[in-house]
Amino acid sequence: MTHSIYLYIFVAAAVSCLIRVLPLTLIRGKIKNQFIRSFLYYVPYVTLAVMTFPAIIAAPQIPIAGILALVAGIIASWKGMNMLGIAALCCAVVFVCEAVMPYLA
Amino acid sequence: MNRDKNAFINGIRDGIPIALGYFSVAFSLGIVAKKAGLNPFQGFLSSLLNHASAGEYAEFTVIMANAPYLEMAFVILVTNIRYMLMSCALSQKFSPKTSQLHRFLVGFGVTDEIFGISIGRTGALNPYYNYGAMAIALPSWAAGTGIGVVAGNILPASAVSALSVALYGMFIAIIIPASKANRVVGGVVAASFLISFTVSKIPLFDHMSDSMKISLLTVIIAGVAAYLFPAKDEEEGEECIADAPDTTKEVR
Repeated sequence: MTHSIYLYIFVAAAVSCLIRVLPLTLIRGKIKNQFIRSFLYYVPYVTLAVMTFPAIIAAPQIPIAGILALVAGIIASWKGMNMLGIAALCCAVVFVCEAVMPYLA
Repeated sequence: MNRDKNAFINGIRDGIPIALGYFSVAFSLGIVAKKAGLNPFQGFLSSLLNHASAGEYAEFTVIMANAPYLEMAFVILVTNIRYMLMSCALSQKFSPKTSQLHRFLVGFGVTDEIFGISIGRTGALNPYYNYGAMAIALPSWAAGTGIGVVAGNILPASAVSALSVALYGMFIAIIIPASKANRVVGGVVAASFLISFTVSKIPLFDHMSDSMKISLLTVIIAGVAAYLFPAKDEEEGEECIADAPDTTKEVR
């Protein structure tokens, strides 16, 4: 079955909008349930971690470039580099690695 | 009236650096959108309506997988669930008199960065401040995506390959500082890496789309983490806002 890209976008937009708007319009008090609060606290980190790895290895043309980009990114952010710097660094690592690799192999 | 105008101008001013950052990141998102088969206008539209890097990345993986619409709804719910927390925090920041229309519009415009600057304002939040930031940041995000879809055609393969990791670089920039600051988060992130890698190697899960794996793993891992390591309680009445700096720090 083929799906319409516009319908996909619409579904995504509708859900995004509800997620953003509902708490702001409905919830006047704060969330009390400890489990739900903890769950919501961990969700962003888990999602991002799962999305990043191992996908970052598969994204570039050669896997080793992705691995090096991951390692470089982790070290740089551990050292406190800002977000745009890290994104740029990862790109540079992949670019250089792929440019150099043919000469090493 | 004049105060609203000032707030709007302040919002634009604070939104400029955000808009610049958005443009470059959205550009790499556009490359992913192109891979998923979106044309420039569709990329633009998606970003204008969704404006979420991780969420849109997940959205494009769903499109790429030609998965059911219901899966799209579930995936977006899970990847964007942090906006619920932010929305909750912002509700504490509004004067109780703020109309539902303002609440709706400010809610629609919640992104990590816009949330970050609006939570940093002193006193009750003037919705026009958010409108100012949204007015400059969201079109930049959308235009960056559209142009990324176009440029994905023009750029050589080596450049596309290099840019394809930019988004992951941003994700790393969010999870690593949080892991450094909080050992439990660090452990949860490490476990997520390990489990995600393991699942990718198990043939049993091959028939499952990437986006579905991401969502399922998120619900399971975050659920177990919440059960084993309940997040610390901050002072009463500050909870939502106390949670907020963690979510904001992740982004800048």
